[in-house]
Amino acid sequence: MNAPGNAAATPLLELRDISKTFPGVKALDDVSFALYAGEVHMLLGENGAGKSSLMKVLCGAYSADAGEFFFEGKKVTIASTADAQKLGIAVIFQEFSLVPYLDIAQNIFLGREPKGRIPGTIDRRRILADARRLLDTIGFDIDPSVIVNTLGVAQQQMVEIAKAISQNARILVMDEPTAALSDRETELLFALIARLKADGVSIVYISHRMAEVFSLGDRITVLRDGRRIDGVRPADVTPDQLVRMMVGRTVDMTYPRNFADKPGEVLLTVKGLTAASGISDINIEVRRGEIVGLCGLVGSGRSEVARAIFGADPVASGEIVFDGKPISGEPDVAARRGIALIPESRKSEGLALLRSVGDNLVVSALRKLFPSGLFDPRSGQRTADGLIRQLRIATPSARQTVGLLSGGNQQKVVIGKWLAAGAKLFIFDEPTRGIDVGAKSEIFALIDRLVAEGAAALMISSEQVEICHVCDRAYVMREGRVAGHLTRNELTEENIVRLGMHHA
Amino acid sequence: MTDIAKESLSPPRSFLSQDAIQLFYRLLAVLLICAVLAVLNDSFLSLGNILNVLRQASLTFFIASGLTLVVLTAGLDLSVGANVALSACVAGTVIHTTGSPALGILTGLACGGIVGLLNGIMVTALRIPSFIATYGMLWVLNGLTYWYMAGETLHGFPAGFRQIGSGYLFGLPIPVYLLLVFLGIGTLFAQRTIWGQEIYAIGANPVAARLSGIPVTRRLLLVYAVSGTMAGLASIIFLSRLNSAEADIGESLTLPAIAAVLIGGTSLFGGIGTVFGTFIGALILTLVLNGMNLLAVSANWQPLVTGIIVILAVWLDMKTRRRGQ
Repeated sequence: MNAPGNAAATPLLELRDISKTFPGVKALDDVSFALYAGEVHMLLGENGAGKSSLMKVLCGAYSADAGEFFFEGKKVTIASTADAQKLGIAVIFQEFSLVPYLDIAQNIFLGREPKGRIPGTIDRRRILADARRLLDTIGFDIDPSVIVNTLGVAQQQMVEIAKAISQNARILVMDEPTAALSDRETELLFALIARLKADGVSIVYISHRMAEVFSLGDRITVLRDGRRIDGVRPADVTPDQLVRMMVGRTVDMTYPRNFADKPGEVLLTVKGLTAASGISDINIEVRRGEIVGLCGLVGSGRSEVARAIFGADPVASGEIVFDGKPISGEPDVAARRGIALIPESRKSEGLALLRSVGDNLVVSALRKLFPSGLFDPRSGQRTADGLIRQLRIATPSARQTVGLLSGGNQQKVVIGKWLAAGAKLFIFDEPTRGIDVGAKSEIFALIDRLVAEGAAALMISSEQVEICHVCDRAYVMREGRVAGHLTRNELTEENIVRLGMHHA
Repeated sequence: MTDIAKESLSPPRSFLSQDAIQLFYRLLAVLLICAVLAVLNDSFLSLGNILNVLRQASLTFFIASGLTLVVLTAGLDLSVGANVALSACVAGTVIHTTGSPALGILTGLACGGIVGLLNGIMVTALRIPSFIATYGMLWVLNGLTYWYMAGETLHGFPAGFRQIGSGYLFGLPIPVYLLLVFLGIGTLFAQRTIWGQEIYAIGANPVAARLSGIPVTRRLLLVYAVSGTMAGLASIIFLSRLNSAEADIGESLTLPAIAAVLIGGTSLFGGIGTVFGTFIGALILTLVLNGMNLLAVSANWQPLVTGIIVILAVWLDMKTRRRGQ
């Protein structure tokens, strides 16, 4: 194998002094990046550090304002996705680009189907045979005539990779490929990556997970604020050092939390809650001043409990008492009574992406801010400006389109709209997903302050460390039921895992 | 950081500055069309002609203003024209049988409103996509109206009633006053009430709107009912102006109303647009037709020109918006 790091070896692809500016943002600032044949090159950085921009420049989706590209030492241009494809660069995005109603083989050869004997037809037998062979080479044992929308995330990812390989990809760019995979699926993916490496395919791998950075990476490039901070080998650094490079300051890895001496009055009582969405006999209590964790495996019914309490899913039976009175109905009822849901998918369920930061911040508080029903844009803007300052939302103004903010700042907007509405119970569904380290601890500090001021929080998280550090106590769910309750003293990762697993 | 500092020093503006820019371009387009027509034809700038243009634009605007709200929620109401026909025939019959224009007007508005509400129920309770629900409604209303009228024409209404569509007050046609009133009401409703804000939020992302505590179903019912009621209003103006009603009067009304909404800059994907923009859209449509009449160009060309304007307007909007992102 070509020795990465051997100064004499010519990189397969080299980017020199790439810059890319968007209005108001320097997304990439003189970034240089070299990729050697057969290496896994980790791209590391907080959200907004420039990873995505670099990836998009690499695959021709953005054209760089300045800088040069060299492929096997020869100067090339990558001004379009077609240019990148010709060089054998393929990207596996987090959102797959497969056609859901076509089968695996059709997806792999979409637009390049072998012609049949009759003009205008496709050689179906050959396309299936070719697909079969291709799937074999990547070790994916599945019938190529299976329709793609029946596949799981991991399998669709395999199809994407097969498609890239079929286009003779020599460089695979993977954007957080393990984000939606189970442990076993992750192992299969890593095995495939090892096989691709052995075949001389180079992989640019964007990750937020420290463990895979060290287990998988040959080299690591760290980006921050659109600049390349350093290029290192995993053997030469520690995780702490990498984190410091990413954030440029020492991050306190413990989360801020001031535990109250004794919890306040009961705010939410859920009794025997059962819903068609797949939860049954849920019993939960949340008091003022508490952060209560709701953990368990993905799919154990955590989000469904949150949605049922908020009125987003219909309730079949059971009782929900909030602030002393029973509650039922649509989310507008829950919102008016003082319940807030900060949903898991921020972009699709939490925000109107094309509207402004200000519009999004006041949307839940309209009735409270303007009891007469008459909306005053100036007063709305003042409220929004106040929240932007209070939550330190990084935005040029309240008029900025919210879709242009980073993940952490978007999350602050979602929380901010419920602050404006004066919510008393905040239900967080994976509040820190896709958010960088700095913003994470800011959001936890915010939740801590909220409950200290008399609100309460119910927090769903797959990050057990977060639950253990932040929560007063936690419920653990398994297969749609509450499998157990852990007090502050019992709250350990082992206990959560033990209760959440089958046959515990 | 300097950019951020600079931005926060600028005085607070409305959240809808993007819309303001697009309205500005549209007003420029109106001025440009007027300037060209004024140069090409002496009679264009005559008071009579300008009032005529406004009066013609008003009918399209009444239908299109309600439709704008529907489109803002990412819906569509294809039944507005058929609704105008049914409402006009119902109102006309009531005036003929009772002799009371007031009762006729109320029935016309109620008929339009009820049809709109039914559309809203199909879209919310039955979850039928608005395009299909209102398309079906179009046929149902046509069927009802043809059956009800049985080829007859309602004709001859009291002089007082006819004033609404053809009368003047202080030298201006009465429909122009109504136009200004409803332009004001529509703009206030959309921009300066919380319901208007909620309608924008629903159009921008219905799921997020619901999870933000907006009563989405109630707002959608309201929006379709308003669209229907505005069609009812248009039917009254129509009836009063033509002094007659037939079953087929609605057929040429729906597509121009949609054109006015689109030329006015409202996005079919919802969340973007203004009632004032729709007024400008109706004005542009009418000006072009008027100009072609004045220049003795066959009106047969009008559909083609309308189509080109719609495509151009939407394309330019998409371009400016993409640049804004």
